Amino acid sequence: MNISSQCFDVVVAGGGQAGLIAAIVAAEAGATVCLLEGAPKSYRGGNTRHTRNLRPMHEGPLSVLSGVYDEEEYWDDLLRVTKGKTNEPMARMMLRESAGCVDWLEKRGVQFQPPLGGTLHLGRTNAFFMGGGKQLVNALYRWAEGLSIEIRYDAKVTDIAFENNRFLGAYVGDEWIKGKTFVAAAGGFEANVEWLREAWGPVADNFLIRGTPYNRGELLKLLLDKGAMQIGEPDQCHAVAIDGRAPKFDGGICTRVDCVSLGIVVNKDAKRFYDEGEDFWPKRYAIWGRLVAKQPDQIGHVIIDTKSKGAFMPPVFPAETASTIEELAIKIGLDPQTLRETVDQFNAAVQPGKFDHTELDGLATAGLEVNKTNWARPIDSPPYSAYSLKPGITFTYLGVGVDQSARMLMSDDTLSENIFAAGEIMAGNVLGEGYLAGIGMTIGNVFGQIAGREAAKYALNN
Amino acid sequence: MRSTTNIDEAARVMTICNACRYCEGHCAVFQAMELRLEFNTENLDYLANLCHNCGSCFHNCQYAPPHQFNLNVAAVFADLRQENYAVYAWPAPLGRLFSQNGLWVSILTAIMLGLFMAGGAILTGADFFAAHPNQFYGVISHNVLVTLFGSVGIFVFIALSLSIRKFWRAMSLPSPLSLDWLNVWTGIKAALSLKYLDGGNGQGCSYPTEKPSMLRRWFHQATFWGFMLCFAATSTATVMHYGFDLPAPYGYISLPKFLGILGGLGLLVGPIGLMMLKLQADPAIKGRSNGGMDTSFLVLLFGTSLTGLLLMLLSQSSWVGPALCLHLGFVMALFLSMPYGKFIHGFYRLIALVAFAVEQQKHQAVVGVVEPDPDMIKVKNLG
Repeated sequence: MNISSQCFDVVVAGGGQAGLIAAIVAAEAGATVCLLEGAPKSYRGGNTRHTRNLRPMHEGPLSVLSGVYDEEEYWDDLLRVTKGKTNEPMARMMLRESAGCVDWLEKRGVQFQPPLGGTLHLGRTNAFFMGGGKQLVNALYRWAEGLSIEIRYDAKVTDIAFENNRFLGAYVGDEWIKGKTFVAAAGGFEANVEWLREAWGPVADNFLIRGTPYNRGELLKLLLDKGAMQIGEPDQCHAVAIDGRAPKFDGGICTRVDCVSLGIVVNKDAKRFYDEGEDFWPKRYAIWGRLVAKQPDQIGHVIIDTKSKGAFMPPVFPAETASTIEELAIKIGLDPQTLRETVDQFNAAVQPGKFDHTELDGLATAGLEVNKTNWARPIDSPPYSAYSLKPGITFTYLGVGVDQSARMLMSDDTLSENIFAAGEIMAGNVLGEGYLAGIGMTIGNVFGQIAGREAAKYALNN
Repeated sequence: MRSTTNIDEAARVMTICNACRYCEGHCAVFQAMELRLEFNTENLDYLANLCHNCGSCFHNCQYAPPHQFNLNVAAVFADLRQENYAVYAWPAPLGRLFSQNGLWVSILTAIMLGLFMAGGAILTGADFFAAHPNQFYGVISHNVLVTLFGSVGIFVFIALSLSIRKFWRAMSLPSPLSLDWLNVWTGIKAALSLKYLDGGNGQGCSYPTEKPSMLRRWFHQATFWGFMLCFAATSTATVMHYGFDLPAPYGYISLPKFLGILGGLGLLVGPIGLMMLKLQADPAIKGRSNGGMDTSFLVLLFGTSLTGLLLMLLSQSSWVGPALCLHLGFVMALFLSMPYGKFIHGFYRLIALVAFAVEQQKHQAVVGVVEPDPDMIKVKNLG
């Protein structure tokens, strides 16, 4: 066993945005910091590598953000998506703190993307990282190196020594790393298929994991086993329908399929099972993972005709195409007769109206068991295209409880003295359900700063 | 339409990039990509020539190796440029000079240096190492120089023009007479300011390391404007010679000298800086097939400038003969390699940027499009 003689003021587990920020804030406050990143250097940054933006509150134009996005509007959005599964005082504190996120990052070399002509109106609520989350990761690692933070790669925490709600040190394999405080920022368990199977049963074997294969939730499990308060349930996850041909792990953003609202979706029995035109796609894409997960073999097929070509973000894999519905069915392994009937019934049920994909156009079907309530155009213009769909897990909600100073709560409602948590591992405290674009990064940013500040304060006073 | 492994790889990479789009803020490549659904030889040649090989998109890529998608836009476009420089070259057989470019440029330079040294020595005989009242014209006469460089210049001009015309047509641009000159001006501005070497927001691109830096832009500007000032110096001297009967040599306080000295300094600082950055740069983004093309071009520019300044300093001494021949050797090698070396990149980049300005104004793909696609919508990935 290696026993380092050094006792760090702050030991941070997890090298994504939350952990990096906690480490940087603590080091800037004068603490000695060791950052343990479980992945090799090339895959550092956890799921931050796959992110694109954060969502800061602002009372006026802020850096690349236009207009106003104030606490009340933000709170309304959060309340709506979580259906009340949040902690209002903590959430409001976080929303207010988020106003400083962009400035904090920019001062440390992170770049944001100026608005481009012609893009959507997200310039008001979401600040986009130039080049994506990996740019943020790279910039913060550079900054951390400049602060002489000891950064270890391939350093997954395998055990922690814990006594009377107090952290003593962490094991990375055989190595013992002693610290006065500990920041747990090692993400969720979405890449741990065995754990997903415990929660979901065998269907979990057909899930694809959109993010890093290194988020296996080992630290989360350690903390829960040692008596941390559990937040959320293991079967809660953000699941979208992604291309069935995506890699098992790490496919990221490009594997999404954005044409569901333009066509019909059938299961392996060639039957439709949900209203494809319920609402705008960005508002609905996160329910389709779960919908597909409930279908036999966890597979779906979205079918469009040539009218929809070019009207959605180009998918990463080419569509299966055919000049007849039957031929298409054979290509994608469905029963041609049944698919023909499904399409015919759908086409016959389409009511008159004017198609307009930019609004809820009310162009609907009538009389079907499952109606499509918007954008229902007949699937009748060859060539026809099909994309297969599988559930793609983005992140999990299960986590540890924290208070507003990011201190970890124990299952008996007491506070840990020197363990803090930040990022996905505690996001469920604020986001008990649902999702808002950029909210995950905002939680990680704010709680990363709080955890770093509080950990440094504790370590430097003890 | 040619089909090569570089085209296939570029199409594969762009298809993944087009489904991701996180890099759209970095440069024109990604904004042009977003106007398309499919990638073909023409639009990939276009995208490749919009790329400055800065590496920002590589360092910031969530799919960069070791990820199985193995994306490296900078490298694949570097290789594709090397390939399409050859494709658009005139006369076509000389396109093969783009492979192993560094080698043949070095050989050419050595030959030119040797020829001029030998020629100078033969022409002046014992006076090769002597001062001349007429300075360098005393070594080789004005008329010989004009005949020699004039005829080579005409060939270079024709070769460049025809290569450029071929590329221009591949970019689906209309005849220069029916162009919208506002778009041309937008393209020229982007080219002259090296707009897309700013990383997308003025902080610089990831070159030579992952850390954003403006160094490449500054050194490239020193090189480019250094070259242009030297060109202006020669042009001014030509006008003074023929228009005002004021032949060289000129004093230090004269327009040709002023422009030439300033340009010469730019051509010392710029190439040295670019060379130093190149040595530090991540080898991952360089591509496989540059074959020393960039380096040989920088060495030629540097050599031309250094020997030019030396000649100026030595023009009244007995070393004027060797200094002149050395300088002329470099200039001739630079001239001859213009249509078949790195020099050509400026023209193709400029044309690609003009095409980009046209497309941005129309919000529609133009290059490589069989029929325009009015239904293309612009959407953004939230991540």
